[in-house]
Amino acid sequence: MIRYLLQGLNYTVFMVLVWYFSAAPAVEVLPRDQAVLTMAFSHAGELREPCRELSREELDALAKNMQVSTDCPRARSDIVIQASLDDRLLVNDTLKPPGLFDDGGVDVYRSMRVDAGSHILEVRMSDSVQQPGFRHSLRQSVEFAPGQVVLLRFDQESGFFIQD
Amino acid sequence: MVVNPLKRAYLALESWFNLSFGSHWNPLYHLGTLSFFLFWVIGITGIYLFIPFHGSLDGAWASVEYMTHDQWYAAGVMRSLHRYASDAVVVTVLLHMFREFASGRYRGFRWFSWVTGVPTLWLLITLGITGYWLVWDQMAQYVALGSARLMDALPLLSGAMTRNFVAGEMTDRFFILIEFLHLLGLPLFLVVMLWIHVKRLSNVSINPPAGLAAGMFCALLALSLARPALSHAPADLSTVPFILNLDWYYLNVYPLLDTWTAGKTWLLTSSVTVIIMLLPWVPPRAREKAAVVDLDNCNGCGLCFNDCPFDAITVQARTDGARYDKEVVVDPSLCASCGICVGSCPASNPFRKASATLHTGIDMPHMRADRLRTLVREAAGALEGDSGVLVFSCEHGVYTEEMNVDDTRTIGLTCIGMLPPTMVEYALKHGARGVLIAGCREGDCFYRFGNQWTRNRFAGERNPILRARVDRRRVLIDGGAPVDGPGLARRLESFRSELRTLEGSGDAGDGVVAEESGAPT
Repeated sequence: MIRYLLQGLNYTVFMVLVWYFSAAPAVEVLPRDQAVLTMAFSHAGELREPCRELSREELDALAKNMQVSTDCPRARSDIVIQASLDDRLLVNDTLKPPGLFDDGGVDVYRSMRVDAGSHILEVRMSDSVQQPGFRHSLRQSVEFAPGQVVLLRFDQESGFFIQD
Repeated sequence: MVVNPLKRAYLALESWFNLSFGSHWNPLYHLGTLSFFLFWVIGITGIYLFIPFHGSLDGAWASVEYMTHDQWYAAGVMRSLHRYASDAVVVTVLLHMFREFASGRYRGFRWFSWVTGVPTLWLLITLGITGYWLVWDQMAQYVALGSARLMDALPLLSGAMTRNFVAGEMTDRFFILIEFLHLLGLPLFLVVMLWIHVKRLSNVSINPPAGLAAGMFCALLALSLARPALSHAPADLSTVPFILNLDWYYLNVYPLLDTWTAGKTWLLTSSVTVIIMLLPWVPPRAREKAAVVDLDNCNGCGLCFNDCPFDAITVQARTDGARYDKEVVVDPSLCASCGICVGSCPASNPFRKASATLHTGIDMPHMRADRLRTLVREAAGALEGDSGVLVFSCEHGVYTEEMNVDDTRTIGLTCIGMLPPTMVEYALKHGARGVLIAGCREGDCFYRFGNQWTRNRFAGERNPILRARVDRRRVLIDGGAPVDGPGLARRLESFRSELRTLEGSGDAGDGVVAEESGAPT
């Protein structure tokens, strides 16, 4: 009988251990006065070098089925992204194109905590070594509610925008 | 003898469980099989839960809520059993690792089980993580984003996965992938890993004693009824939860991602994993030589094949032209050098007189059967008094060296399973009034079956048997861990007084009743 009581005690201790760490201690993922700014998009930089017309001699050196009049190097420009909130720099990254020939599109995902409230968000992106400078930019007042994820996106037609 | 603090702590826990459950039900002796049992609970409850589960963005959380609250008495209990059995299996697996480490059962020939066990644990954790995704609540969202960040930190993905977990990007196809992983891909992979994990063991048991399984199930059921598993609020990718009640058994890595980069988290987890996997070789230690077969004395009976705990012996067709059909072969890479095969070989009989040297069919280079016979003859002959006891002790059990006094002689063995039953008879014939065989703690043999095979052989249940003519009152099978010396000494004293009583009652003989023919010489 005592042995069964001891077994019951052991099972109880074991189950309390299982139960407790299955949901505790709690983790604070985000302080209650903060929100999150997430930058998520994919973008391919411009080609590093412009396409070039091949000369007659160069074309003749190629097999007939390979004779294309232009040579377009595949490598793309690095992407430089800078983002600031109320003129405080949050992101300043240079992203290299993926791929064996540096010809892939860059996947951008940055997520950062910000204080809830109204802020001036400024973001700019450089994507061409042929046209230096930040060709894409956005400056906008954004309201961050506590716990909200404000999503900054980009596409070629619209440029940067805050997703509703 | 100095016992390291870790082992001492483990042995204390083991003693407590022996007191509570007895050695047959001691959960520490069945951590592997308990884990298998919990897998069964997880599998059966998981199949049940899959029926009412809706694998879609809108339906997943709602269907789990329906199970939890509207059908709490059936699917709700199943969900809680599924959850708590999943958590319990992490505890049993970690305890299993701790036990093997604390008792030194991860080095040498055991490296394979140790090394394959570590990725198996990670696979189990991954399986649990994908389970949390399916609920699609705030915790699933947190875990999904963290997992995506970890995956994106790997060279090939470079940021593509995390972008799926922003508002507006996700589709129901996500659940097809996770359902495939959680319900089919990972469980199948886990089964394969478990098979590999136990590949180098023989007589593998995957079922715990029924009473232990029943106790565990009842405890899980009670917990499921008392504290049902609950979900967080539904996932919403446009918000971040403030507080989460994390399952630390599976999700302990994720909070690191709040402060560390994914790369740093990978570095930590992979470094810890590699270090744990390298432990069997730190520091390097030489292995004992493997068992050696002597075909001139092996008739291929296969008893050693039956008894080898580590599948190191195989039986094959005879290669030397002898009149027997079979012979045995030892794979040195699998051999634990425990010597259990020597104990099982009928040719290890010390009464054999074919030559001055005892040649057995399978022998251990570090303790040949002939050497053992010489030690027994000398030790038994040197015993004094009417209660002289020869002690055969396992080197992983009680430290018996200090018992070596006038009326006690000890002979250390790698495992008590290496003791041929006829050697006991031989000891009694050569002057011992009693024989004590001190193995590991019952149920906890370092070489798995040394205790069990010895008891079976002495009870006449397993060949080679201790012959019926041996007076069982003069043979005591006992044992214990290195810290159990005082208890064994007390039982030895009690055994000795029983021997004196035997002597006083005129039942003095040599402990062996002569038969009409074939009496040992």
